[in-house]
Amino acid sequence: MNSTGFTYRIYPLGDAALTVDFGNKINETINREVIARFNQLRKEPFPGMIEALPAYSSYTVYYDILTVKLSDPSISAFESVKKQVEKRLALAVTYDESSGRLMRIPVCYEHEYAPDIHYLAAEKNIQVEEVIRLHTSKNYKVYMLGFLPGFSYMGEVDDRIAMPRKPQPQAVAAGGVGIAGKQTGIYPLASPGGWQIIGQTPLKLFTVNNEEDPAMLRAGDSVQFFSISKNEFENY
Amino acid sequence: MSLKIIKAGIQDTVQDKGRYGFQQLGINPSGAMDKYAMQVANILAGNDRGEAVIEMHFPAAVFMFSCPALIAMAGADFSASINGEPIPHLHPVVVYKNDVLHFHKPQYGARTYLAIHGGLGIKKWMNSYSTHLKAAAGGYLGRNFQKEEEIPLRQSFSFKPGKGNFIVLPWRADTNWTNESKEIFLLPGNEWDRLSTESKENFMMTSFVVTRQSDRMGYRLSNIPLRCLTNEEVVSSGVSFGTIQLLPDGGLIILMADHQTTGGYPRVAHVISAHHSRLAQLKAGDRIEFRFTSQAIAEELWIKQQQHLLQLQNACTFRLQEYFHGH
Repeated sequence: MNSTGFTYRIYPLGDAALTVDFGNKINETINREVIARFNQLRKEPFPGMIEALPAYSSYTVYYDILTVKLSDPSISAFESVKKQVEKRLALAVTYDESSGRLMRIPVCYEHEYAPDIHYLAAEKNIQVEEVIRLHTSKNYKVYMLGFLPGFSYMGEVDDRIAMPRKPQPQAVAAGGVGIAGKQTGIYPLASPGGWQIIGQTPLKLFTVNNEEDPAMLRAGDSVQFFSISKNEFENY
Repeated sequence: MSLKIIKAGIQDTVQDKGRYGFQQLGINPSGAMDKYAMQVANILAGNDRGEAVIEMHFPAAVFMFSCPALIAMAGADFSASINGEPIPHLHPVVVYKNDVLHFHKPQYGARTYLAIHGGLGIKKWMNSYSTHLKAAAGGYLGRNFQKEEEIPLRQSFSFKPGKGNFIVLPWRADTNWTNESKEIFLLPGNEWDRLSTESKENFMMTSFVVTRQSDRMGYRLSNIPLRCLTNEEVVSSGVSFGTIQLLPDGGLIILMADHQTTGGYPRVAHVISAHHSRLAQLKAGDRIEFRFTSQAIAEELWIKQQQHLLQLQNACTFRLQEYFHGH
């Protein structure tokens, strides 16, 4: 019962959340549908809804069992929320193209700020300059935020620089720009992490004191990286 | 009006029910590990159930009160004393200026909650008092308490006693804690069916031990490595408090209060909400017995727990009013 033709499956995530899954894949069209459905739920929440969380190809709805149950005691809270979610899925939504912004992000790819760039270049059998050229050559879509406050999952990088995660997480500085498979992302806070770090941005991706809008990037934005020198980075 | 830290504990933070509505920004809910105990402490201290409390592990901090206060502890029993005199667990207590609160020895549980009537004099961050350690925000300066710090209280408790010695109020919250079964109920996760038959059996037949690699983010369990029938990647999606993920090495992790918002590991099961409190009181070395249950039972147990809290709140509100108006 989907107005826009996407097939989906709803499954419980424990007893106080459910997930609407459009197919366990990374796909821009599916991700737009996810974002549109997330916005729809935010605009039209149901009684007992706590929050919703959009991901690559699914969104999760968290709810308060007691409030949901009180609004319809005849069925389980899960069934009740499922009905609410299906009711909204049956209505058409449009993805607002203008909601995604193009963000230009400076990155210093010099070795001091790019601990894994030489390793990646060697593994992929290309020059470091080529890694930088390829990473800055396209616009990336921000599919979702997760993992850390403000951490953006973006894609997809050129196959020539795609590289699996490290087997063990290592310390990553705030602003670290990494690659994991075909994804690229920026660490907003210093944290252990498993992504291959090929650069660092001087921009603040997460601002604790800006409570209205703490995360610089949002799902749906596009990102264009550009290379800056060590000197520019340090005087940014 | 403050609470002076004479000695810091290993991890004393401010927590409440958690920070909701910002997971789409990657901001996880955090909040008290044992939200049931957190609410019991607040109820005993005459607070709203969602008021900020202090969550402590053992060894816990030593506090000195700079003004009279009505306080209560719930959750783990760490053998609390005031000025060296033992006080019973789960009772409201009136303390006075310069009284010292000390915790001596863990009797049971892993986390205790200190609630103070009127709450703490701190600001919310993103709509919650909970400490977000990674973002260094929320709670008290976004971190654990340190020695010599003075945690501001929102109000002083105006109750004039006869002689200025602390008073243990004569009622106790009935939480049935020690009589409770230790079994942890589960619901199957979306990737449960990825496990091989042998791994499913291992999961259901064996008991698990909480390892030392366990903290507010999650509990690593010691278990026979489990295997999946497929290597198909799980594209990152939502997880929750109580989600049990299968790690690439075959080990299991139960996500706890400071878990990240999304994950890409198979979710083999979820601990039911009503048993999060039980789970939160486990510590390294404790054994876990899992049992699968149904969605209906999970919901019913949660509703019972909420009803119990409501009854406790009504009873305690009445007792507090009676006590302080009667005196």
